[in-house]
Amino acid sequence: MSTATLEQPAPVTATDTILSLNNIEVIYDHVVLVLKGVSLTVPRKGIVAILGANGAGKTTTLKAISNLLKAERGEVTKGSIVFDGERVDRMSPNELVRRGCIQVMEGRHCFGHLSIEENLLTGAFTRRDGNAAIKRDLEKIYELFPRLKQRRNSQAGYTSGGEQQMCAVGRAMMSKPKMILLDEPSMGLAPQIVEEIFEIVRRLNAEDGVSFLVAEQNTNMALRYATYGYIMETGRVVMDGEAQMLRENEDVKEFYLGVAEGNKKSFREVKSYKRRKRWLS
Amino acid sequence: MPISEWRTDDHRIQEPECKGEERMSDVAAQPAPSLLANGWIRTGLITAAVIAAIAIGARIDPSGTIHKVFVDPFQQMVEAPDLLAQTVWEGLVSGVLYALIALGFVLIFKASGVFNFAQGIMVVFAALTLVGLHEKGVPAFLAVILTLGVMFVLAATIERVVLRPLVNQPDIILFMATFGITYFLIGFGESVFGGNPKQMITSELYLPKGAIDAKILGGLVSFQKIDIAAAVIASLMIAALAVFFQYTRIGRALRAVADSHKAALSVGISLNQIWVIVWFTAGIVALITGIMWGARSDVSFALEIVALKALPVLILGGFTSIPGAIVGGLIIGIGEKLGEFYWGPLIGGGIESWLAYFIALGFLLFRPQGLFGDKIIERI
Repeated sequence: MSTATLEQPAPVTATDTILSLNNIEVIYDHVVLVLKGVSLTVPRKGIVAILGANGAGKTTTLKAISNLLKAERGEVTKGSIVFDGERVDRMSPNELVRRGCIQVMEGRHCFGHLSIEENLLTGAFTRRDGNAAIKRDLEKIYELFPRLKQRRNSQAGYTSGGEQQMCAVGRAMMSKPKMILLDEPSMGLAPQIVEEIFEIVRRLNAEDGVSFLVAEQNTNMALRYATYGYIMETGRVVMDGEAQMLRENEDVKEFYLGVAEGNKKSFREVKSYKRRKRWLS
Repeated sequence: MPISEWRTDDHRIQEPECKGEERMSDVAAQPAPSLLANGWIRTGLITAAVIAAIAIGARIDPSGTIHKVFVDPFQQMVEAPDLLAQTVWEGLVSGVLYALIALGFVLIFKASGVFNFAQGIMVVFAALTLVGLHEKGVPAFLAVILTLGVMFVLAATIERVVLRPLVNQPDIILFMATFGITYFLIGFGESVFGGNPKQMITSELYLPKGAIDAKILGGLVSFQKIDIAAAVIASLMIAALAVFFQYTRIGRALRAVADSHKAALSVGISLNQIWVIVWFTAGIVALITGIMWGARSDVSFALEIVALKALPVLILGGFTSIPGAIVGGLIIGIGEKLGEFYWGPLIGGGIESWLAYFIALGFLLFRPQGLFGDKIIERI
């Protein structure tokens, strides 16, 4: 099947879908095949979770979308990524942020030597709507995260993990995104803080209409806030469904929530294992 | 030479460093004073022991080597403070220029992680372009603007042709690439403007000439006006750079990139754009340095040797610190002139050309990150 027919449906679905990945394949260093055909869609103003163990390809999927892969010698070799009705798989992160899609990387990555406020302001780098608007948004971020306001002048490197995560989310918000790719927001944080961060995600989603694609290992937490979930294993989506459904699914319970009994080792032994869409490429 | 003298000779090497280290570490290590408490006491004890040993040695033999090395120069300094002031001033001026070259290095190193061996040659190339354009009949100030244009084109070309294809390669490869840039600039400059030394167009640029003789400390100290101008312009430029880095959107982005390339990419900062800006900034610094150096001597590729002095300055100040580059430059500049004037005659002169590297070697042994090297922020 030619790629032309693949591109056709994108504008049609653009109204209710903000992001769709179509059977993408990612290769690192020209040798290592990491994603073996991943397809997923994020509805506009939705919160979607990608779940899976270490090395399942969650981070790679997010980086393929935001195109931070290139900096790590990775490459999308097959498939297409459509954001907001536009093919984005060859765009630089800079262009993508301008179009409203920004990633919050795993492990926060705040600028340690810059103050919290400067960190937030770097998020507005791509904006062209003037200082007044940026100031206004800064105040909004401080309202969302009162703790950041208290620590606005301290170097980000000296703030706590939770504060850094808030700073990273706030920094992404400063770019006025339509969509945030959130990678492991719970990493190394106390459950209480994780909950606080997910509450903010929900609030941003409800108030500002920002769509979220969240990669998480904390399946329980993610499925409580997301509306839809994808489960990945070794570079493939092995299962997907409404969050409600995934929460109640026996297999998910067994593998990711750790509540069921049994000794199955992999999703492949499970009936609901989803084959990838081979017919597409 | 008796064994006891050997020992004190050894100490002669150590003494100034211990002092320097002790004095400076209190600036660099403020975040963790408790950790340094021990080191302080130790350094203090060693310094005291060395001073006591020297004092005893000099007392025992008032005409021997120890007296000549450790007592006599300081007596001279006290007896003729005007000469001391003159020497320090001269050191200060060359120190400012070393600092400017080192500043260009630091800018590029911080923003792109590239150790730019070509910075020294960029100084010569900028000065040569300026003088060469003027020789070809371009009015002086237009020539300055055109030279800035050339530096911008150079920055953009280097980004496009060298940095972009080599991004994510090991550091050593980028370092080697800057060697390539160095020799390209030498060849290109020579073929366009000729290899013979040229005069800097000081009067056309309204730079002052002559000297001011001031009566201070009971003697005449002469200040070259061009040196005063150099110091003033350098300070202004450093202040301007500091403001630019601290308060502008691009400056903030530059610091963000210096902090973490990946995070900067993720918030949509375009690294390619930042690299062009930072290489261009280094080009501007190079041009100003070139004008000032050129005004003190000729404009020729021999200046490259002087530019290499930036290396010890960087080792002293730390590769990632702008204040370090400035302080390091001043220390090397003043240290060199003092060493040459007071200690040079003891071994027949010529200290100036190697003292800086000697100091740098000491720093590499005892404080490899330099005086102001990157504080590593670690969360505990």
